[in-house]
Amino acid sequence: MSKKPSPQAIAAASETRVLPTDAPRDTRRRRFLTQSASVAGTLATAGVAANAAAQEVPAWMKTPGTPMRAYGTPSSHEKAVQRPSASGYATVSPGTGSSRTPHQSLEGTITPSGLHFERHHNGVPDIDPAKHELLIHGLVNRPLVFNLAALSRYPMVSRNHFVECAGNSSPNAGPKPPQITAGGIHGLASTSEWTGVPLSLLLNEAGIAPGAQWIVAEGADAAAMTRSVPLTKCMDDAMIALYQNGERVRPEQGYPMRLLLPGWEGNMNVKWLRRIKVTDGPTHTKDETSKYTDLQPDGKARQFTFELGVKSVITFPSFGHKLDRRGLYEITGIAWSGAGRIAKVEISADGGKSWQDAPLQGPIYAKSFTRFRLPWEWNGAAAVLQSRATDEKGNVQPTRAAFTSQYVAGMNYHNHYIQTWGVNADGSISNVYA
Amino acid sequence: MFMHKKIAGSLIAAALVAACASTPEGTVTTPSRGPSLGATPSAAMLAAMDTSIPPSGAGLPAGSGTVAQGAKVYDAKCQTCHGPKGAGKPADPLVGGIGSIASGKPMRTVGSYWPYATTFFDYVRRAMPTNAPQTLSNDEVYAVTAYVLNLNGIVPESAVMNAQTLPQVKMPNRDGFIDYSRN
Repeated sequence: MSKKPSPQAIAAASETRVLPTDAPRDTRRRRFLTQSASVAGTLATAGVAANAAAQEVPAWMKTPGTPMRAYGTPSSHEKAVQRPSASGYATVSPGTGSSRTPHQSLEGTITPSGLHFERHHNGVPDIDPAKHELLIHGLVNRPLVFNLAALSRYPMVSRNHFVECAGNSSPNAGPKPPQITAGGIHGLASTSEWTGVPLSLLLNEAGIAPGAQWIVAEGADAAAMTRSVPLTKCMDDAMIALYQNGERVRPEQGYPMRLLLPGWEGNMNVKWLRRIKVTDGPTHTKDETSKYTDLQPDGKARQFTFELGVKSVITFPSFGHKLDRRGLYEITGIAWSGAGRIAKVEISADGGKSWQDAPLQGPIYAKSFTRFRLPWEWNGAAAVLQSRATDEKGNVQPTRAAFTSQYVAGMNYHNHYIQTWGVNADGSISNVYA
Repeated sequence: MFMHKKIAGSLIAAALVAACASTPEGTVTTPSRGPSLGATPSAAMLAAMDTSIPPSGAGLPAGSGTVAQGAKVYDAKCQTCHGPKGAGKPADPLVGGIGSIASGKPMRTVGSYWPYATTFFDYVRRAMPTNAPQTLSNDEVYAVTAYVLNLNGIVPESAVMNAQTLPQVKMPNRDGFIDYSRN
């Protein structure tokens, strides 16, 4: 059987996934998620009818194609796959805001560099790498300054890690579920292969002086973003990232160098890194006091909640997709945790009453997106889809009610609760709270 | 051909310069020794770049500013975004909400929520105004800090902010935070 997509799928390919027309390759090892026992025997038999156009030689086979080009871009037919962006200060500071990874249109676990989410506090600086330097000073025995050429000569490591803004998923903090895409809600999280110099190497060369407990990291943007980081994290898995998915870090991600703190809130992963000061305590910068602190109903706010909670989201089917017929679908999505590897993802089609384990696609990296997949027989009735992730430390993704009860109404940081998608009888998908 | 022999150094076994750990994906190697290519920064570079100010006030620069001076700076350079007297719009309000944080309808402003006045000085000096950051003099930053604190009723109209007085300011929400950094 051919794997040609249906004409409908081609028409909608920019937003909806191309639906497979044959069964998943490895159904023996998978259990199917069914809404009820009544679906037995309804396996979709509607194969794609032979396409009249396919009987002719396609036009692109009858003329030479375009020649080579120095830097590739996606197909012109994929122009609809974009990062939606928003700025709360558009009239006075258009570079302050965010753009979101369109998870509903993507597959696998690596986010294309051009679709990695952005969160800037006063635009993207145009940094001349020949003039950029990284200063390490404060409670060190020898202050040191490195240019990019020097850092590029250091031993490096390559690791797959997600970066997630502490404000990700905040659209779901409102009283009514917004009818927007998976990326529109959860798109302030992206995964790349980051390559760079372990920060511990540079700090050891500078020599940690007595009394050192924290650092403060500063960016070379027009917000001179600063964040405090405990020294223990810096000496653990922190990295000065120079490369993203094999090429130099993109300008929007901190060119020519950014701090990478695997699993910790995005804002701390200071982009355009120019300075690290080793200190005896936190500096209490604006973005670790007035922002990114989690206010409880009693008026106290949790501060320095750095590690991001275990989380998952079904990316297909999700808002904007349409199931065009009953039959076999693959439910798929991504799961991640700031605490380590994903250990388990369960899927429910009945709003959390019953759960079934979804196979995880390996390799499973710590603090990185893990793709899960589960075949699902849709019988044409309304369904309520949820995914629930558990990490290797035993942390379980909470329900929306359990998470929000800890905070004041509308608290929109560090949200990692279960996303619910309502499948309507007409095959459309809604964002619902459950 | 002999050139190769001449320029070849010695290969160092990875285990001598790296910490190895086995994981389900394979062996993750973290290098533990670098080539020591850092340069010594000049005193001028350190002085110019060392601008972050912790709650102790360590590193606050010379200079000072009054509430009245701050009002002039604010009206000229801040009001367009933050509104008259810090009322907000189109950017964040800077004034008001004191006492609202535990009310269920919190209004988070500099006055009601920020735990340290040093943070305001630090942030304004590095990031404000957004259309021309790092253009205010230290005197102007001290002055506008005095003005915004006075608008919030935190310091009197006679207040003068400088390296000695600023760290002494007790913000209303100083004790409003729970440290989760060790959790």
